[in-house]
Amino acid sequence: MGSNDQLENLFREEAAEHLAVLESTLLELEQRPQDPELISQAFRALHTIKGSGAMAGFDTIAAIAHEVEAVFVQIRQGKLQASANVIALTLSAKDLIRSWLDPLVQVSPDAKARMHSACQAILEQSPDAAPAILQGPHKQIQDTERQTVSLARIVWAPHADYFQNGSNPISILNELNDMGSCQTTTILDSLPGLEDLDTETSYLRFEVLLQTTKNENDIRDVFIFVEDRCDLNISVSPADPSQGDAASQSIGVQPTVVGAEGSLQSGLPSQVPTRESSPSNRPAESASSIRVSAQKLDSLVDLVGELVIAQARLAQLATNRADDELFSVAEDIGRLSAELRDNTLDIRMVPIGTTFVRFKRLVHDLSSDLGKDIQLETEGAETELDKTVIERLFDPLVHLIRNSCDHGIESQEARRKAGKNPVGTVRMLAYHSGQSVFVEIRDDGAGIDPVGIRKKAIASGLLDENAQPSVEELYKLIFLPGFSLAKAVTNVSGRGVGMDVVKRSVEALRGQISITSEPGKGTTFRLQLPLTLAIIEGLLVAVGEGKFVLPMSLVEECVELTALDIERSHDNRLANVRGELVPYIRLRDCFGSSGERPAIEQVAVTTVEGKRFGFVVDGVVGQHQTVIKSLGRMYQDVRGLSGATILGDGTLALILDVPALLRSVEQTA
Amino acid sequence: MPKKILVVDDSAVIRQVEETVLVKAGYEVASANGGKEAIGKMETSTFNLILTDLNMPDIDGVSLIKQVRASVKHRLTPVVMITTESKDSKKQEGKSAGATAWMVKPFTPEQLLSVVKRIIG
Repeated sequence: MGSNDQLENLFREEAAEHLAVLESTLLELEQRPQDPELISQAFRALHTIKGSGAMAGFDTIAAIAHEVEAVFVQIRQGKLQASANVIALTLSAKDLIRSWLDPLVQVSPDAKARMHSACQAILEQSPDAAPAILQGPHKQIQDTERQTVSLARIVWAPHADYFQNGSNPISILNELNDMGSCQTTTILDSLPGLEDLDTETSYLRFEVLLQTTKNENDIRDVFIFVEDRCDLNISVSPADPSQGDAASQSIGVQPTVVGAEGSLQSGLPSQVPTRESSPSNRPAESASSIRVSAQKLDSLVDLVGELVIAQARLAQLATNRADDELFSVAEDIGRLSAELRDNTLDIRMVPIGTTFVRFKRLVHDLSSDLGKDIQLETEGAETELDKTVIERLFDPLVHLIRNSCDHGIESQEARRKAGKNPVGTVRMLAYHSGQSVFVEIRDDGAGIDPVGIRKKAIASGLLDENAQPSVEELYKLIFLPGFSLAKAVTNVSGRGVGMDVVKRSVEALRGQISITSEPGKGTTFRLQLPLTLAIIEGLLVAVGEGKFVLPMSLVEECVELTALDIERSHDNRLANVRGELVPYIRLRDCFGSSGERPAIEQVAVTTVEGKRFGFVVDGVVGQHQTVIKSLGRMYQDVRGLSGATILGDGTLALILDVPALLRSVEQTA
Repeated sequence: MPKKILVVDDSAVIRQVEETVLVKAGYEVASANGGKEAIGKMETSTFNLILTDLNMPDIDGVSLIKQVRASVKHRLTPVVMITTESKDSKKQEGKSAGATAWMVKPFTPEQLLSVVKRIIG
């Protein structure tokens, strides 16, 4: 065995060095027997010889070294003196070991025995003559006679700092698993949410059922290194029914069921409360609400939409037939389907407060990131919005809040200088108004300086140098792509994803965003959102053969457009609405409708972002509640249309996306 | 990637034994002849486990464990202290310094492997 020879040689060399050190140390020690450094040195030499000797297979050397080392342990502790006697003994032990290092020298058992008794004689002088001193390098005989199987229930809760010394609960669990048949339940109830999770903190508790031949002390030994960093509770009962019924009853174990893994669990009393506390067993809660998948709700809304369309057809049919009986049935169905529609849509409504909570956390994190002190106040958490709207609103709101915290709220010093409360406030409020929900984000920060926007806009070529836009128009520039007021790119915002993205996402929800700001006092972003995405209140208009729906929330009024009006405006496409000139476009032109223009057209005047704009149509059919159907993948990129709806007579009407239509008109103009 | 183990012992014999056993089992092993060298090695590489003797001339095992726990890189690394003493006082000392487990010398290769495998797999 090459490696063994190598090891032995290595030991011989090393031991020879240590013995040389030991010798010189002992000689010095003779002069200065109290010197702790010398005592330590001698101890270490013997210690190393003992340890490596045993590893290299020099058992006799290790045993002798161990016995002399034991003497030095006592000396180190001040219980024995490094007397001449001790030094002589150690020197002779050293010589003995030295001779045994020679492979040709036979170890004489006599010499070993003499050394042993000499050491014992010295050790007996120590106040705590330890009878177990010989245990060290010798194997301990295990008590293997006990073979009775017992059931141990171990409740183990590592402390939060459990990982701090490199411990891993899994090694303990593995060790327990090796002791017998083992079933482990991990208790997660103190596990926090992902964002609060500290990866260096232990949150878990374990309940282990162990069927083993080992006794309680053996089990406790597994935990010996971690016992002061965990809470541990071990109860052991005999698993064999013939042995001590009383003990098993005292902890409630049914001895007969022990053995099958599944039934192990049911036998334990403490498992029962954990089950009882599970949410599914709380009758009060389950009665007041149930969880339904969003998908099921969506298909219900779809079905209701179909029903509303069918009902509209029925109503039209009943009117045409002049049949009283049919008419009354149609009326009932109309009333019921309207109620059904409202109730169904109401199911999808979720209070916006659920997202407010997440923003609290965001503002908290942002304030520490930015070194500012910012508090978030919320109002109207109970305001309900369609689930989809709330979900899709989250990202734009995050962006707006980041903006307010980063660019809006000033640093603490700046706020103090301006005589403001050093704690900045961002307020989120939500409220209903008409068919819309408004969400506002207000900060009490520095506000936006219109002059700054002007400069920036001119610099980035978004604004002509000679233009004299109003303050409102300047604020609107913020929503243009590529516009950023950030002086420096920070981690929080200013990385190019601009307000134009926010604006687009809000418009995708058929909402609008506006901004008001007062320099020195703060900025407010106001989002106007539809209550639901499934149904809109629309104005049904006719153009040629086709029908279109304009969202009612945008329509201000309808006026007539006569040939005389057109003549007066010199074909500049401006309508005079009670003295104010309103630009218009013809939907007929937009969609290339065929047929003759009627002599008197109608202008549906809309307001988008405070600007009035007219859509010229052939005729206004009337107000119409429409169930929105998406156009499908093929047409989803068609600009100016946000969907379609089926009318009572079975024909289709396209729903206009007014802001998008306006943008494309502005671009072509 | 094989797991890396640092073996610290002032005895070349012990180091040799530990290294042979662990390398055979597929671990990557670095060794140091004392606390000082160990700390140097820990600066240049990262270990999954540290096996250390307690009685060493320059920086002893207990101070080494304390330094490991105070280091940024290795503060959560398991440390097994290897001692010839089965005395509880020594174990207590290592334990309060932050040792993860201990082993008593002499040990068989099987004992060493079972301890190492339990801790780092």
